[in-house]
Amino acid sequence: MAENNRSLKERILETFTGSDGLVSVAVVLLGFLAGTILILAVGRNPMDMYFSLIQVVSGWYIRWEPAQEVWITRFNGRYIGEWIVMSLPLILCGFSMAFAARTGLFNIGAEGQYVVGLTTAQFFAFYGPPVSVLHWVVAILAAVVAGAIWGGLVGFLKARFSVSEVVATIMMNYIAYYGSRYCTMRIPGTNTYQTPPFPLTSRLSSPLLESLTNGSRLNYGFYLTIGAIFFFWIVMGKTGLGYSLRATGFNKEAARYGGISVNASITTAMAISGAFAGLAGAVVSLGLFPAGRVLAVQDGYGFDGIAVALVGNSTAWGTALAGLLFGMLKSAQPLMQSRQIPKEITSIIMGLVVVFISLRAGVRIIIDWQMKEKARKGKVVE
Amino acid sequence: MAVELAIQMLDITKIFPGIIANDKVRLEVAQGEIHALLGENGAGKSTLMSILFGLYEPDAGQIKIRGQDVRIRSPNDATALKIGMVHQHFKLIHNFTVTENIVLGMEPRNKWGNLDLAIADKRVKELSSVYNLAVDPKARIENITVGMQQRVEILKILYRDADILIFDEPTAVLTPQEIDELLAIFRRLKAEGKTIVLITHKLKEIKAAADRCTVLRRGKYIGTLQVDRADEQELAEQMVGRSVSFRIEKKPAEPGEVILQVENLTVIGSKGVPTVRDLSLEVRSGEVVGVAGVDGNGQSELVAAISGLLPIKSGRVLLKGKDISRESIRNRNEEGIGLVPEDRHKHGLVLDFRVDENLILKNYRKPPFSNPLGFLQFPAIVNHAEHLISQFDIRAGGGAGTLAKSMSGGNQQKVIIAREIDFSPELLIVSQPTRGLDVGAIEYIHRRIVEERDKGKAVLLVSFELDEILNLCDRIAAVSKGSVIGVIPAEHADERRIGAMMGGIASEGAAYG
Repeated sequence: MAENNRSLKERILETFTGSDGLVSVAVVLLGFLAGTILILAVGRNPMDMYFSLIQVVSGWYIRWEPAQEVWITRFNGRYIGEWIVMSLPLILCGFSMAFAARTGLFNIGAEGQYVVGLTTAQFFAFYGPPVSVLHWVVAILAAVVAGAIWGGLVGFLKARFSVSEVVATIMMNYIAYYGSRYCTMRIPGTNTYQTPPFPLTSRLSSPLLESLTNGSRLNYGFYLTIGAIFFFWIVMGKTGLGYSLRATGFNKEAARYGGISVNASITTAMAISGAFAGLAGAVVSLGLFPAGRVLAVQDGYGFDGIAVALVGNSTAWGTALAGLLFGMLKSAQPLMQSRQIPKEITSIIMGLVVVFISLRAGVRIIIDWQMKEKARKGKVVE
Repeated sequence: MAVELAIQMLDITKIFPGIIANDKVRLEVAQGEIHALLGENGAGKSTLMSILFGLYEPDAGQIKIRGQDVRIRSPNDATALKIGMVHQHFKLIHNFTVTENIVLGMEPRNKWGNLDLAIADKRVKELSSVYNLAVDPKARIENITVGMQQRVEILKILYRDADILIFDEPTAVLTPQEIDELLAIFRRLKAEGKTIVLITHKLKEIKAAADRCTVLRRGKYIGTLQVDRADEQELAEQMVGRSVSFRIEKKPAEPGEVILQVENLTVIGSKGVPTVRDLSLEVRSGEVVGVAGVDGNGQSELVAAISGLLPIKSGRVLLKGKDISRESIRNRNEEGIGLVPEDRHKHGLVLDFRVDENLILKNYRKPPFSNPLGFLQFPAIVNHAEHLISQFDIRAGGGAGTLAKSMSGGNQQKVIIAREIDFSPELLIVSQPTRGLDVGAIEYIHRRIVEERDKGKAVLLVSFELDEILNLCDRIAAVSKGSVIGVIPAEHADERRIGAMMGGIASEGAAYG
C-alpha cells in the first residue's frame, strides 16, 4: 500500500515537472491553496473569494442567506465583459515579454512600449482622420508601429552594439513615461491629469459587445487581442521567421552556423514584442477611457505581463490563459472587498504563483534526489 | 595478496539524473604500479577518478587507501591522503611563474610571514631534477609549451607529497613526441615508488606504459587484465564488448578539380592575436585532406574562417575558383559548403529542437520546407526527417519528433552528418567528427566520409586523433601555430613524421612541398 502511494506520488511529481503546462496548472493551484489559507488566517470565509471569482467568470452572483436559509443568485453578464476587458492588456503585455523570451531575450520594457503605444494612440485620437472606423484603425496602427519602434530600437542596440536589453529596456521605460507626460500635456486643452474628451470616432466601443455583456466596457480590443493570439501562434510556430527566432532563442551559435542572421532575429523579435505592448496601450486608452490621460503613475500592465508570460510558458495559448487568470484575480478585487475579503489576497496569490513557478528547479532537484534514493536501495532502473 | 594495495575501491555506485555513471565498480591498484583505467567515452572512468579525488561523493561503495577505510569529501581530503590529480584541462594561472603556480595555496613563508619564493624555487628545482622533468621554475606559464605545462601540473602534486597520481587523459593535448616523453616520466615516477592511475581510451599508451589495466564499459566493471598478456585487439574487444576493425576499407583516391583554395589566410582568434597565420591549403574533389595538429594550433579558426563563422583578417578563400571571403554564412552554405562542426552542442544542433527541425536548420526557408509566403510545410519536414532517419540509421526513440537533447552523442552526430551530407555540398568540412563517440558510431561515420569522397566531393577533415587522420585521409597537412608545416600524401605518412611536423619541424615534409 505504502509502496503504491509512493510510486503514485512520484508519478505525479514526474508528470508535473516533465510538462511545462502542467507545472503552471499545479503552481496556480498551489497559489490558490495558499490564498485560501491566508483568508482563513485573517478569520474570513474563503468561499467568499471563490464566489467572487465565480461571479467574475460566469456573471452569477451567489450568496447564502442564513436568515431565510436560501441561496440568493443573480446573473449579470457585465462582469464577464469587465473580466475580459481587464485581461486584454495583460495578455498583450504578456506577449511582449513572451515573444522576446522565445528568441532568448529578456524584454522588461513592455511597460515603456505600452506607454509609447498609449501616447501615440491618444495623439491620433486628436489628430487622426475623424472618419468612423478608419479613425481608430489608424490610431491603433500608429500605436503598434510606435511600440515596434520603441522595442526594435532596443533590439537594434543589442544586435549592433551588444547593449544589454535588460538595461536598455529599463531606461527606455523611464524615457517613455516622462516623454508621454511631456508630449500629452502639449495637446491643447490638457490640464495636469487629462486631455479633452476623445472624439467618438476614435473610440473602440463596440455596441454589439456592450449589449451582449449588459453594458460592460468590452470593445473592439477583444477582436484585436484574438487576432494577436493567432498572430503570435502562427508566426512563432508555423513560419520560417518563427523558426529562425526560436533557433536563435535556443542556441544563438547554432542559428548563426545555420545561416540565420542572429542580429536580424534580435531586432525583429524586439520590434514584434514592442508592437504587442503598443497595441495594449492603444486598447487601454481608446477602449477604456473617454479622454486621454497624463500618466501620474505607471499602469503596471507591462510588469504584470512578465508574470503572465512566465506562468504561460511564453506560448501563445498559455500566455492568453495566464492573462485571463490574472485578469480574473484583478477584476475580482472590488467584489471581494464588498464581501469583506482583503483585496490584497489576490496580489499575494499572483505573487506566490510567480514564486512557485520559479521554484520548479527546486522540484527537479527533489526528483533527482529521489531517483538516487531508489537506486541506492538497489531498485535500479535505466 | 603479497603486494600492498594503494587503492581499493569496492562496489562504487554513482548516479546522475538519468544515468548510472558507476554501477558497483571496483578498482584495485597495487603500490608502485602503473594502472590504466580503460573505457570508451561515457564508460565512467572520469567519474570514478573524480570520486577518488573527492570531487564527487559515491552514492554507495567503499574506498580504502593503503588499507585504511576512508571517506573523501573534498580534494583537500584527497591531498591529505597523498592523492593528486592531473586534470585533462590544466588548472594553471597563465601570467604566474611555474613556482608561483606550484606553491599556490601553500606558499612558503619566511620568519616575518612574507612569501619566500627562493625556498620554493629551490624545492621545485630539486623535484624537477629527481624526476627528470627539466622545468624552469622561473618561466611564466604562458611562455611554455603544453607539454611543459603538464609537467608543472605533475610538479604541483609532487610538491604536495602525493604518492598516488591520477592522470585524466594526459596525452590528449600532446604531440606524439611529447607523449613518448610523458611515458618516460611515468616510468621514472614508478621507479621512485609512486603509484599511477592513468585514465585513457588509447590502447597503444596502455601497452607502452601500464602494468595492469581495469576495463569499464557503460558504467560497469568488466575486468582487470595483466597488460603484457593482452594484445591491443583484445583490449579493444574488452573495452567495446565486441570485435572491432581498426582499418577503413577504401579504394585509392581519384582527385579531380580544385574545389577549395585557401590562400595566405590570416585569422584573428578570440584572444586578439592571429591564430591562423598566412595559411595556404588546397582540397580537390574526390579526396580527403586531413589537417593534423595538436589542439589549439589554429584548426578551429581555420574551419570557422572557411565557413564564415569568423571574419578573415587577410588572404582569400576560394570555392571552385570563386572568392567567398566576404560572403555571409548563408551564402557560403548555398554555394556548397557543408560543415560538421567541432562542437556539436554549441554549433551543430539546437538541442531543444526536435530532430526534424534540426534537419532543416540550413534550408528551412526553401521549398519544400517553406512555401513562398514563408509558412513551414510540416508534412514535408517530417517526411524528410523520416527519410534521413532510416537512411543514416539514426536511433531516435520518438522518430522525427524526438528532442535532440534526449539522444545519445553518436545519434546526435549522425543527425548533423545526415543534414550536411544530404544537401550534397561540393565541400564537406568535418571537424572532430568522432570526438566522444563509441566505436560503432565511429566506424559508421568514417565509412560515410569515405563514401562522400568516392562520390567526388572534396572533404576537409580536422582531427586531433592522429589515427583517424592516418586512416581516412589521402593527403595530410600538418599544422603548427596556425601555419601549414607541410603536406604529405598519406602513403608516405607515418606517426613519427606527422608528429615531427605537428611539432613544427618543416624538413619532414619538405620532400613533398
